[in-house]
Amino acid sequence: MPDETTHTAEVIIKGIPASPGIAIGPAFLFHKQAPVIREKSIAREETSAEVARLEQAVARSHKELRKILEFAQSKLGEDKAKIFEAQLMILEDAVLFDSVYGRIRKELKNAEFVVYDEIGKYHRMMLSAKDEYTRERAHDVEDVRNRILRNLQEERLISRLEGSSIIVSQNLTAADTLILSRNDVLGYVTDIGGVTSHTALLARALKIPAVVGARTISQTVRPTDRMIVDGYSGTIILNPSESTLRRLEQKREEFKRFEERLSELRELPAQTLDGHRVELSANVEFEQELEFTRLQGADGIGLYRSEVLLIGKEVFPTEEEQFEQYRLIVEAMYPQRVIIRTFDIGGDKLMVNSTKENNPFLGWRGIRVMLDKPELFLDQLRAILRASTRKNVSVMFPMVSSIKEVRSAKRFVEEAKDQLRKAGIPFDEKIKIGVMVEVPAAAVIAEDLAKEVNFLSIGTNDLIQYLLAVDRGNDVVSGLYQEFHPAVLRFLRRIIERGKRKDVWVGMCGEMAGDPLATILLLGLGLDEFSVVPNVLPEIKKIIRSVKYKEAKKIAKHVMTLETEDEVKAYLRGIMKDKFPDIPTD
Amino acid sequence: MIEREVTIRNRAGLHTRPAASLVKLAAKYKAEFFIDKEGFEINGKSIIGVMTLAAEQGSKLLLRFSGEDEEAMSNAIVELFEHGFGEPS
Repeated sequence: MPDETTHTAEVIIKGIPASPGIAIGPAFLFHKQAPVIREKSIAREETSAEVARLEQAVARSHKELRKILEFAQSKLGEDKAKIFEAQLMILEDAVLFDSVYGRIRKELKNAEFVVYDEIGKYHRMMLSAKDEYTRERAHDVEDVRNRILRNLQEERLISRLEGSSIIVSQNLTAADTLILSRNDVLGYVTDIGGVTSHTALLARALKIPAVVGARTISQTVRPTDRMIVDGYSGTIILNPSESTLRRLEQKREEFKRFEERLSELRELPAQTLDGHRVELSANVEFEQELEFTRLQGADGIGLYRSEVLLIGKEVFPTEEEQFEQYRLIVEAMYPQRVIIRTFDIGGDKLMVNSTKENNPFLGWRGIRVMLDKPELFLDQLRAILRASTRKNVSVMFPMVSSIKEVRSAKRFVEEAKDQLRKAGIPFDEKIKIGVMVEVPAAAVIAEDLAKEVNFLSIGTNDLIQYLLAVDRGNDVVSGLYQEFHPAVLRFLRRIIERGKRKDVWVGMCGEMAGDPLATILLLGLGLDEFSVVPNVLPEIKKIIRSVKYKEAKKIAKHVMTLETEDEVKAYLRGIMKDKFPDIPTD
Repeated sequence: MIEREVTIRNRAGLHTRPAASLVKLAAKYKAEFFIDKEGFEINGKSIIGVMTLAAEQGSKLLLRFSGEDEEAMSNAIVELFEHGFGEPS
């Protein structure tokens, strides 16, 4: 029990988690005084001196901002540095400064007052705007104004601090956040702001933990108060007790190790020890997953399930609506490849009509639906083609079971291309086309399919159900659903070999691609691409990077001689335990 | 004087980048250039003014040009709007 007379009680404050990480350290209160402006009259003969004084202040502000811009470009990249470019442009706004200088001369007022008043007009208008974007820009305008005013009063901003600390402030501008980061800043905490505020965006880019929107924190905290900032949960703890401190230190270490592991792998290719490179991409449904997908070090998107666009919709999304969504994903991932799978509806997925089918899994689904609905299919194909102008888009058809279907689907692609050409709308003429191999018939004719397309992607979930005649959702037989059933493995080997014989790449976007127990085996079978859920990506990459291709081939060859799933699993588990004791394979 | 009506086509609206291209293009001409949005008028050669407009996709703006090169200027500026500032629409 801590002694109340010598310890200040622990205080917990909730804010908005803005940038991940845990910071523990003393508080540094960053108080920026709003400039005090007095309206003063000047004599006519003083105007030239007043104008010159303002010109100097503007020039100094310009120099400061240029420095900040360069610093931002090197630390954050061109894109995020644009915030400061806008501020520089305001300093260069001739119309604005003509009227400022004009007013000084005509109204005979001091420069501070005229700058404050003139820029204030724009500032007020922007603050009252309906859209958040413009209101955010109002802060930029205010920041520029205060910079000029500070330089007019020839004050220097104190942005150097002693030792490492957590910055606590009522509000931080983009420039403050950035300039302060030249010190050893452990974390940022502000009273106001949301997850899209400058502080949040920049803290994330600088990888410094931050909590924003903590209301009156800047008044609660006293200088050098010991505090914890938990950027994962948005919690701020003042005067933490010993046990809280230990708990958070432990959490910080855990997260650090986890992030180190990820970041070590992020930039590295999915390549074996002897230099065999495969593609490791992600299965994605929502745009919100994209940032995480990139952070996990994906080579691209191996499966974008376009049917998510139909969730909660009464009618099909228009070509335009689809185009918007596809382009968003494609732009975000550029230059990496995005494989868009056309609507896979039916089966257990969304139905387009209410016809009751006795056997939906053997019914009207996937490409079968789209071939029967030319208007919908063409809408989707045009949307995908329009999103392909950067040449990083491929299109893939689900549930293909015959060459005839592939040829029809390809004819629709040609028709969509023709329509776009006639309308003068650009698209990638050489867009790559692939099919999913998830029906046993497709596996059997894999070689012929490969002649028609650019790639094959194995959908193991359906393939296994169809091949073994087991409904995974049926508890009575679900135990018979076996990824490592020798029949499944021989099928996989066949698809991969036959596909590659025709010089197309063969990938896998089913669950099995993300099963660590299957990684070495699939690698050894010659799989070219693994498309997995983003969170297992680093693990799969780690496995690929820790084996030799030669060795994997040997392992795969041996697996092919085994006669039951149990034997296969036992053999693979033995290898995994030996090589990767820390990866669970049950 | 020439008056032209334009609609913001690009998705993100008249945000900083298009505002910058607009002001830079306008600076190349001598004519005066004002933008009117719902009765509120700003100088089209001023970046801070254009930023204030908060013109979103679909907003209609009335452009006024007056001066010796108003013809050439209006054509150039209107074209910039029609192409959505080279941004996605």
